Amino acid sequence: MPHDPAAKIIKKQSWGDYHLFRLETPALAAGAEPGQFLMIRVSDTPYPLLRRPISLHAKEKDALEIFFQVAGQGTALLAQRKEGETLDILGPFGKGFIPETSGLSSPAYLVGGGRGIAPLYFLALELNKLGTWVKVLYGGKSLADLPIKEKFEEAGLDIVCSTDDGSFGYHGFVTGVLETEIRRQKPGILYVCGPDPMMKKTAEIAAASDIPARISLESMMGCGFGACWGCVKRIKNDGGGQWRKICEDGPVFWAEEIIWEEKE
Amino acid sequence: MTPDLSVDLGFLKLRNPVLTASGTFGYGLEFEPFMDLAKIGGIVVKGLYYGPREGNPPPRLVETTGGLINAIGLQGVGVEKFAAEVLPRLRRIDTAVLVNVCGASDEEYLKAIEFLDSLDGIAAYELNISCPNVKKNGLCPALGPDPTYALVKQAKAASRRPVIVKLSPNVTDIVEIAKAAEEAGADGLSLINTLLAMAVDIETRRPKLANIFGGLSGPAIKPIALRMTYQVAAAVRVPVIGLGGIMTGADAIEYLIVGARAVQVGTANFIDPAAAARIAGEMKEFCVRKGIAKIADLVGTLKTD
Repeated sequence: MPHDPAAKIIKKQSWGDYHLFRLETPALAAGAEPGQFLMIRVSDTPYPLLRRPISLHAKEKDALEIFFQVAGQGTALLAQRKEGETLDILGPFGKGFIPETSGLSSPAYLVGGGRGIAPLYFLALELNKLGTWVKVLYGGKSLADLPIKEKFEEAGLDIVCSTDDGSFGYHGFVTGVLETEIRRQKPGILYVCGPDPMMKKTAEIAAASDIPARISLESMMGCGFGACWGCVKRIKNDGGGQWRKICEDGPVFWAEEIIWEEKE
Repeated sequence: MTPDLSVDLGFLKLRNPVLTASGTFGYGLEFEPFMDLAKIGGIVVKGLYYGPREGNPPPRLVETTGGLINAIGLQGVGVEKFAAEVLPRLRRIDTAVLVNVCGASDEEYLKAIEFLDSLDGIAAYELNISCPNVKKNGLCPALGPDPTYALVKQAKAASRRPVIVKLSPNVTDIVEIAKAAEEAGADGLSLINTLLAMAVDIETRRPKLANIFGGLSGPAIKPIALRMTYQVAAAVRVPVIGLGGIMTGADAIEYLIVGARAVQVGTANFIDPAAAARIAGEMKEFCVRKGIAKIADLVGTLKTD
């Protein structure tokens, strides 16, 4: 059953608003894939009521890691949890990054903005195992928003960092780095996760350069497993478009499928 | 002693009083990985219009204190796809399947009922009378006793199955509407649907829902729903199904005491997908602790002297 009522936090690391938990949960770790997410209860009371969707950051035998940023009341409560405590978790849910069909292209550029870097670490290691050459582009507002850059280096991954304020790495948006890197060497595929404007821009770059891109969408969710129909995104179909569930039909979609609404 | 949890709605016997609320349980199958659906009284599937429905743009959900406001807009597959893809799989499950029926006009409700009547494996219909009527400036039948009476009368005449009418709390006098539904031939009443609500982002001064308004559910609405269930149960003879904010067995027992013969679990399903079965178990424990042999004996036993 995709439910662990007592996943133990066996390691916790914090950098300001960013936190990493390693969770001992053999049952949930078993079939977990990069791009999937967990639904975590952040309180033992009905306040706040809903679980919070948090993407998978890494998998190691019987453990799963999550890396998240405090973004509101729910994640603030989650951040207060300590090593040795347990969490009630559903999941993993959703369709992941690695496409079932159409093969694995090489090289693959992994583009992460802010907390959107979280699922790309898991993905990078899996792609490496599959023999895909990977380059990670990691952008944030400032140096403080790149807390896990060393983790990629330690894993032997090729990484390029950027900051909006120039405090570390390339001065500018990660999408600027992407354009430069594409001119240097055109990748076979892009894997993307970050804020909506950054993902939209990445989708435009991918389309202009004729590169397939897998994009992981973020949304507030009621349930996480397809029952509430609350987390929808406009996805192309024969009739123009339809509202599809991010939790069940995503969270990862092909860039060309996504219809970016002006106001959401 | 194992208490008898079964309840008799007259038109339908349930193994226990716990149903799942429409709109919070998908088409039922989504919950199979988490729970044995044969452990609950029955499921009420997501509201179905005759045709597929597109639903509202996002954001569709906002969490509030002890509650959840939704404006999904009844996105759904329509009766034909439901019959082809969902119902055959639901028939294999040993639980009562109730279908929540929607319509943008009286005619559309009847068209959906006519189609569903041709299918096997449905125990009853729950008429969602809170759908905006496109022919009447978007007003829904639930808002007045006359349109409620007219719709229920037609639905009963058209249907070969029992019809439960789901009442809206967004009215001046819910008892008046309940009586109109009963008079028109409703076999049962379920209440309450969600409370019309809104939330505002003070940074942008925009509504937090794209639809501006949505329906509030969750523990925040339970005291209101309980009061309305008490008032309606006292005023009608047909069985009443209570819902609104039930998170625990204790919550459900409260509804039985005020007169509900069964309950529906809604928003709790999102947080705990095994909530309905858990709540049935907690109700059983309550009966054991209190030495109650038959849970139906609790119905309408509120002491007010």
